[in-house]
Amino acid sequence: MKALGLILAGGNNHRMQELSSKRAIAAMPIGGSYRCIDFALSNMSNSHVQTVAVLTQYNARSLNEHLSSSKWWDFGRKQGGLYTFTPTVTADNSWWYRGTADAMYQNIDFLKKRHEPYVIITGGDCVYKLDYNKVLDYHIEKKADITVVCKDMPEGADISRFGVIRMNEESRITEFEEKPMVSSSNTISTGIYIIRRRQLIEMLERSGQEDRWDFVTDILIRYKNMKRIYGYKMEDYWSNIATVDSYYNTNMDFLKPDVRNYFFRETPHIYSKVDDYPPAKYNAGSDVKNSLISSGCIINSKIENSVLFKNVFVGKNCVIKNSIILNDVYIGDNTHIENCIVESRGTLKANTYYCGDDGVKVVLERNDRYAL
Amino acid sequence: MIKKEMIAMLLAGGQGSRLGVLTSGVAKPAVAFGGKYRIIDFPLSNCINSGIDTVGVLTQYQPLRLNRHIGIGIPWDLDRNNGGVTVLPPYERSDNSEWYTGTANAIYQNLKYMETYNPDYVLILSGDHIYKMDYEVMLDFHKENNADVTIAAMPVPIEEASRFGVVITDENKKIKEFEEKPEHPRSNLASMGIYIFNWKVLRDSLIAMKDQSNCDFGKHIIPYCHENGKRLFAYEFNGYWKDVGTLSSYWEANMELIDLIPEFNLYEEYWKIYTKSDNVAPQYLAAESKVDTSIIGEGAEIYGEVQNSVIGAGVRIEKGAVVHNSIIMKECVIGENTVVEKSIIADKTIVGADCHLGVGEYAPSTLNEKVYASDLVTIGEDSVIPDGVSIGKNTAISGVTEPSDYPDGMLAGGGAIIKEGDRI
Repeated sequence: MKALGLILAGGNNHRMQELSSKRAIAAMPIGGSYRCIDFALSNMSNSHVQTVAVLTQYNARSLNEHLSSSKWWDFGRKQGGLYTFTPTVTADNSWWYRGTADAMYQNIDFLKKRHEPYVIITGGDCVYKLDYNKVLDYHIEKKADITVVCKDMPEGADISRFGVIRMNEESRITEFEEKPMVSSSNTISTGIYIIRRRQLIEMLERSGQEDRWDFVTDILIRYKNMKRIYGYKMEDYWSNIATVDSYYNTNMDFLKPDVRNYFFRETPHIYSKVDDYPPAKYNAGSDVKNSLISSGCIINSKIENSVLFKNVFVGKNCVIKNSIILNDVYIGDNTHIENCIVESRGTLKANTYYCGDDGVKVVLERNDRYAL
Repeated sequence: MIKKEMIAMLLAGGQGSRLGVLTSGVAKPAVAFGGKYRIIDFPLSNCINSGIDTVGVLTQYQPLRLNRHIGIGIPWDLDRNNGGVTVLPPYERSDNSEWYTGTANAIYQNLKYMETYNPDYVLILSGDHIYKMDYEVMLDFHKENNADVTIAAMPVPIEEASRFGVVITDENKKIKEFEEKPEHPRSNLASMGIYIFNWKVLRDSLIAMKDQSNCDFGKHIIPYCHENGKRLFAYEFNGYWKDVGTLSSYWEANMELIDLIPEFNLYEEYWKIYTKSDNVAPQYLAAESKVDTSIIGEGAEIYGEVQNSVIGAGVRIEKGAVVHNSIIMKECVIGENTVVEKSIIADKTIVGADCHLGVGEYAPSTLNEKVYASDLVTIGEDSVIPDGVSIGKNTAISGVTEPSDYPDGMLAGGGAIIKEGDRI
């Protein structure tokens, strides 16, 4: 393969409320059985990228646990492998990753000793399928220095948390605004880039010397007029999960037949760590409508328009509507849950009521499960 | 020198002919079980959970599915640098090549494999039982009694004991006598086909009996050890153990998993059962679906009604279809408005729309009265059932069938359609 992969999974923000307080966004569970980073990792593997480094620093434990074996994505080969890079203290550096560019700069030795001519950079917080080879072919054809994968968002979508792009008729990027309040374009950067490895090393070293740490503002935007930066339009499904609402909506998208078929049935497949839970079990009293149920679940109640992740127990006479229940949750009898995201490993007592009245409510319950 | 205290030899070469069309293309250990598993997952998971990391799997009959399932043993953590799982098919020699002619003969032909690991003990298992058992506890029992051979045995109702090999023991569980399928059993301790041998005893008896035709553990090796004054002990096992050797016992064992608190509980954290799962997606239950009292595997899509059934991974049950009291294995499709009653449908079968399976009254089988002796409709893997046909009770179908195979759109009770040749 002509490229190596870098997955920037270090990020965290406050828009995810309590959900990301205990894990990196890249480790957020998605679509019943997956973690967000599975999409980037599977895309790498399916594009035959054999060497992938995951750069992470914030609350990486559940991410590290998920990546503890690389065999699920077919990495772990003699030629290549899956690396996880967290910040380390060395004789001349004791910084955390101060930004996306700094995260790569601190691992520049890795970039220098590889031999692949190109680098594919992606975030770990997006749900999408993409053959990076197509982007790479485009990058070579355009003789680009950097190719940015971008996407047209529908009219009226809130794009103030993305980088907004304007391209000329040759697809060369002429404007790039990071998180503008008001934007003149609805084309956004997906945070997926292709760049020549030596070019990246050179840019990182230069910005590192100038104490500039962000890939978008300090590299993409600064070099915009000097280097040939092109946009590659992506037409298929792409979603960023970095806010509670977008996380909720992305999960709910999997209830749509076209999204479900696209990710669950059509090749190439998305891979994830196998957890060996038994099949889901429906006892008398189950009444499940338009919902996704994962392995290990035991259902005794009414569930509608919801996504249940792995190993969830739902007691009798509950009503669960328009909600997302993450892994290993126990829900006692007669519980009502509506418009909620129930955090993983939660234990909801019997006869309780949770409802997000104006928007999605995040439920964290840390009751003692065996004292119920 | 590689040294393992105990290695396991798993006999997985049998056809399991009493499972009828379910095993027409696969060995019995590779038959699906419980919506997710294959029968061989139980002994393999027991091995790794008991700390046995070296397992030889002896295959012979239709091994393709089994080979693909086992691979290099990744799902069971049996991909090891030293030991791990090894598939052992019969092989050609410069002289006297032969198939595996009996359980003990198969082990005899693999003496070299066992010698590689210099074991102190060898555990002999069969690949066609559903149970959870800690072989390490059995080994402790074996060592405590200073035994040469330990046979796992479980108490069965005395009226059923004549179907098994029965052991008669003294108060210390030392075996005094051994009877194979006795007419009037004198004990209710039935052999489970699980043996621990001291390596030297096993090797010597296999070599001594090498010219015995169809050499079998129950019929030849155990009696030989007994006659030669070896110390034989019975290890009493009181957990769940099910021989799924017949269609009705196979169906019952699956149905027992659906009980509110099943006797054989797969949902316990302790003693997990591992399997190779190709499908990790969650299952989807549509707005018009109706599901209760069932277990359903990963990636299934249910648009119809399912009750009292075991549904495998990736199965699709279309709108208006009704499935009752049935086992539907991996990646089958049940067409719109089709009714399925008390059926076993093997992997990747496509049932058309507007069919009715399991209609009418029981009738004796025209194909094989010993194998097909219940109300069940049994359909082999990769079969196709055309739209709009009715299928009676106690029937068997295998292969791609066409409307012309069903006179008046009907396969009467007790009937069978067995198609040869290419399948999809």
